[in-house]
Amino acid sequence: MTVELRTEAFEPWRELADAPDGGLEAGAYGATCAFAGTMRDFNEGDAVSRMVLEYYPGMTERQLEAIIDAERTAHDLLAARVIHRVGPIEPGEPIVLVAVWSAHRREAFEGGRAIMEALKSRAPFWKHEQTKSGGRWVEHNTKG
Amino acid sequence: MQVTVKTFAHLRDRLGFAEQAAEVPDDARVLDVWQTVTDGSEMPRNVLAAVNLDYAAADTRVHDGDEVAFFPPVTGG
Repeated sequence: MTVELRTEAFEPWRELADAPDGGLEAGAYGATCAFAGTMRDFNEGDAVSRMVLEYYPGMTERQLEAIIDAERTAHDLLAARVIHRVGPIEPGEPIVLVAVWSAHRREAFEGGRAIMEALKSRAPFWKHEQTKSGGRWVEHNTKG
Repeated sequence: MQVTVKTFAHLRDRLGFAEQAAEVPDDARVLDVWQTVTDGSEMPRNVLAAVNLDYAAADTRVHDGDEVAFFPPVTGG
């Protein structure tokens, strides 16, 4: 299980290429499921040129670890990895990667989604986006 | 007793501070801390609170030296 906050751009599939097995022994898993969330250049009907992701140092990492622990147990996941950007971010750049490994596909699909949904409602991150009419805080998540 | 209060995102902008020390009674709860740093205002229902990096309810007791945080709904991912 790993949680990483990154201030620099990252390429999710390259991250997985470096560790496609989640640190597991060969043959220990049958399913890998990965989700990458990428910054759009629009939100709520407005063009967005830039975004800054604020977080709560210490609590954000702790909540992400607690989310992974809970969902790993609930969905029989064998391993999980979360990478999340913080700081300034440009349209087109990945914001988050959630990757999970399990024995079978159901656990991987459902466990990965559960981690992502819990992250969006419980991990302390806030988006401040730049539009033509100025900066604004994003006040709620879009519907999954 | 004294606690450290942190705020984030647009709640920080609204309250006008990112971090400050607050003097609260020995039997204080999260709501008392909120009222101390906001001159007695109501705590909005959508304001989230944390004590020592874990989510906490308005009636959670705080202790000397605790870190109490207030922030708006989260929007990561």
